Amino acid sequence: MTLSVLYALAGVGLFVLALHGLIVHAHLLRKVLALNIMGSGVFLIMVALARRATEAPDPVPHAMVITGIVVAVSATALALVLLLRLKEVTGRTELDEDQTPS
Amino acid sequence: MSNELNTMPWIVWVILIPLIGAMLCFMWPRRGKLLGMITTLITGFTAFMLYLQLLDHGVIRYALGGWGAPLGIDLYADGLSVLMLLMTALVGLGVSLYGVGYFKQDGENPAGFWPLWLLMWAGLNGLFLAGDVFNLYVTLELLGLSAVALVALAGSKEALSAAMRYLLVSLLGSLCYLLGVVLLYHAYGTVDIQLLGALVNSNPATYGALGLMVTAMMLKSALFPLHFWLPPAHASAPAPISALLSALVVKASFYLLLRLWFDVFPAVTTVDIGLVLGTLGAAAILWGSIQALRQTRLKLLVAYSTVAQLGYLFLPFALLSPIAWQGGVYLMLSHALAKAAMFMAAGNILKYGGHDRIADLDRVAQRLPITMTAFCLAGVSLMGLPPSGGFIAKWLLLEAALTHNQWVWAAVMIIGGLLAAGYVFKVVGYAFTKADSPHDARPVPLTMEWAALGLAAGAIILGLNAHYPLALLDIGKPFAGMSP
Amino acid sequence: MNKASSILLFTVLAALAVALGYAVIFLPEQAEGLATAVSDQMGNSGVDHSVTAVLLNFRGYDTLLEMAVLLLALIGVWSLAPQSRAETISIPPASPVLLALFRLLIPLMILVAGYLLWVGAHAPGGAFQAGAVLAAAGVLALLCGKRLEGRLAGWPLRFGLVLGTAMFVAVAAAVMVGGAHLLQYPLEWAGGLILLIEAAATFSIGVTLMALFFGVRPITDQRP
Repeated sequence: MTLSVLYALAGVGLFVLALHGLIVHAHLLRKVLALNIMGSGVFLIMVALARRATEAPDPVPHAMVITGIVVAVSATALALVLLLRLKEVTGRTELDEDQTPS
Repeated sequence: MSNELNTMPWIVWVILIPLIGAMLCFMWPRRGKLLGMITTLITGFTAFMLYLQLLDHGVIRYALGGWGAPLGIDLYADGLSVLMLLMTALVGLGVSLYGVGYFKQDGENPAGFWPLWLLMWAGLNGLFLAGDVFNLYVTLELLGLSAVALVALAGSKEALSAAMRYLLVSLLGSLCYLLGVVLLYHAYGTVDIQLLGALVNSNPATYGALGLMVTAMMLKSALFPLHFWLPPAHASAPAPISALLSALVVKASFYLLLRLWFDVFPAVTTVDIGLVLGTLGAAAILWGSIQALRQTRLKLLVAYSTVAQLGYLFLPFALLSPIAWQGGVYLMLSHALAKAAMFMAAGNILKYGGHDRIADLDRVAQRLPITMTAFCLAGVSLMGLPPSGGFIAKWLLLEAALTHNQWVWAAVMIIGGLLAAGYVFKVVGYAFTKADSPHDARPVPLTMEWAALGLAAGAIILGLNAHYPLALLDIGKPFAGMSP
Repeated sequence: MNKASSILLFTVLAALAVALGYAVIFLPEQAEGLATAVSDQMGNSGVDHSVTAVLLNFRGYDTLLEMAVLLLALIGVWSLAPQSRAETISIPPASPVLLALFRLLIPLMILVAGYLLWVGAHAPGGAFQAGAVLAAAGVLALLCGKRLEGRLAGWPLRFGLVLGTAMFVAVAAAVMVGGAHLLQYPLEWAGGLILLIEAAATFSIGVTLMALFFGVRPITDQRP
C-alpha cells in the first residue's frame, strides 16, 4: 500500500468520523466543527491521491483544494454568525427536534 | 439574428451580469431597487439572446480562457440548460417585481435582498451552464449560501432555526458531492462532464461517486425521506424568497442530478437505482400531499405541496418511456411558475391580514381578488387541470406510464392529483368564508399582486402551446441516454 | 439517541467507510491526472508556478466564482447582524505587551503578505495566502482595539471588499475585446494581468476576512 493511499484512507476515516459527529451531536457548534473536519477529510483525500503522478504532484487537485478551503471558510463564517444570532434570539444553541414550526 | 449579435458570448454575460449587478447593489444600496430591476431586465434579455443563439447554432460549448477541457473549464448550453435559464429569468422577473414592493424599507442596507438575490441568480445561471463537475461545486455553494442568507432575512426565531438547519443540510450535501468529484477526478483524470461521460466505466470509485452524488442531490432536492429541512425553510422565509426556493433552488439540484445521470454516469446507471428513485418520488407525492392537507398555516401547506410536487420529478427515473422526461421537465417548468405565484399570493395574504392561518382567511377572495385569482390559477396548474402547464406535464407522465403498463405509477399520479385538489380547494374554500373575528387589513402594493398573477398566468399559458418548450428541450438531446 | 439507532448508525457509517476505502484502494497506483497537460502549457500561462497557473489562468473561472462566494459570505454575515451591535462589541483593553508587539508585527506582516503575493508567480504563494496574512494583521489590529474611522467604514470599506471580485470580472471581460474568450489573457500580458488580479484579490481577501472576524457591519457616520 503506497503512502498516498494511506493518507487517502486517513481522509476517508476523517470524513466518516466527522459525519458521525455531525449526526450525533446536538450542539450546533459541534455540528459546524464536524462539517469542517469532513471538509478537511475530503481535501486530504484530494491532495494525497495527487501524489500518484510520476514527476511532481498533480497541481490541479492542489488548486481545487485552495478553492475548497476558501469556500469552506466562507460557509463556516456564515454558519457561525447564524449560530450566534440564533443564540441571541432563542437563547439556545441546539435545533429543536420537532421539525414543524409552531 | 444579425451577425454581430449572434457572435456575442451571451453564455458568459448571462452569468456575469447578475454578478456585476450584485456588486453594484452592494456598493450603492440606496439605488438597490433600481439597480436590481435593471439587472433583472438585462439578465432576462441576455438569457433570451442565448436562446436565439442556441436555435441558430445548436449546442454551444464555450472554452473559458481559450484552453478547453480537460485543462480548462468549459461552459455548455443545450436545450435543457437554456430552458432552465429562461425559467429562472421568468420567475426572477416576477420575484424582482414582487421584491420591489416587499422590501420597500430596505433602503440603506447594503447587505439586503438585492445583492443576495442577484448573487443567487449568478449562481443559478452558472450552475445551468457549467460543463465541469468541480465548477458545479462552486456554483452549488454560491447557490446554497445565498439561499440560507435569504431565508434568515426574515429574522424570526423560526426563520433562523430553519436557516441553520438548511445550512447544515446544504453543506453536508455539498461535501458529499465534492467527495464524489474527488473520486471521479482521481479515477479518470478529468472533471469535464463530456469527457467523463466517455471515460466512465464500472469500478469501485465510480460507484462510490455515483452513490455520493445521487445522495447529495436527493438531500438538496428534498426527496423523501431527506425532505425534513424543506417545509420549515420554505414556510418561514420571506414570501419572495420562498418563491425562489421552491421554484428554482430545489430544481437546480434536480437539474444537476439529470446532468450527472445522463452525461456522466450513463455507463453505470441501472434500472434498479431508477426504481428506487421513482419509489421515493411516489412516497414523496403521497406523504407530501397528505401532510399538506393537514396544515393549518398557508405557507406550510404550500411548502408541503412543494415536497409532493418534487416527488413527481423523480418518477421518470422509474418510467421506461422517454416521454416521461418531457413530462418531468415540463412539470419542473410549470411548477416553478405556479409555486412562485402561490407563495407570492400567500405572501400577499399574510401581509394583508397579518397572519396566514387558513381557517381565518376571512373573505380574502373578495378583498384581494387579484391575489386570489393568482392562487386559483396556480392551483389549477398544480392539480393538473387543463389548460395549464401542469396538465400537459401530468398527461405526458401518465402516457409514459401507461404505454409500458406501469399501472402503479399511474395510480400514484392520479391520487396525487386528487390530493392536490383537496388542499387547493381547502384554501379556496376558506378564502370565501367569513372569519369569526375580522382583522384589520393592511394594504398590499399592486406590484406584488400583479407579479403573482403574472407568474400564475404563465403557468396557464404553458398549457396552451407546449410545442416551443418541448422543441427547445430536444436541442442537444440531453436525454439521449434513454432507450426508446 | 437510543441504543438501537446508534447501532444502526454505526453499521451504516462503517459500511460507508468500507465502501469509500475500497474505492480509494482500487485506484491505480500511478496516475498522471492533468499534470502533463499543465506542464505542457506552462510556457503559455504567464507564471512559473503550476498551482498559480491552474488557479489564475487555466481554471481561473473557478477562482472568480470563489471570490464571489467569499463576498457572498460577508454580505450574508452583515445581513444577519443588526448594526446596533457594533457598539456592543467588547474586546478587553489591550495590554501594553500586545500594543508593542502590534507596532512591531504589523509592518512585518504587511511585508510578508506582499512577498507572498509576489513570489506566487514562481513558488508556492499567491493571492489567497497573502490575503490570509493580511487578514491576520487586520485581526491583530482589531484585537488591539483599532477601528475603522466613521467615514472610511462606509463606501470605502465596501469598495475594498468588492475590489477583488470586481477587478477579476473587469480583467476577464476586458480581454474579450477583439474576439477572445472570457479570461483568455493575451500571451505577453498574462503575467502582468495575473499579478494585477492577485494584488486586488489579496487586498479584498484581507479586508473580507477581517470584516468576517468583526462579524457586524461597522457604524458609519455618514449615510452609505
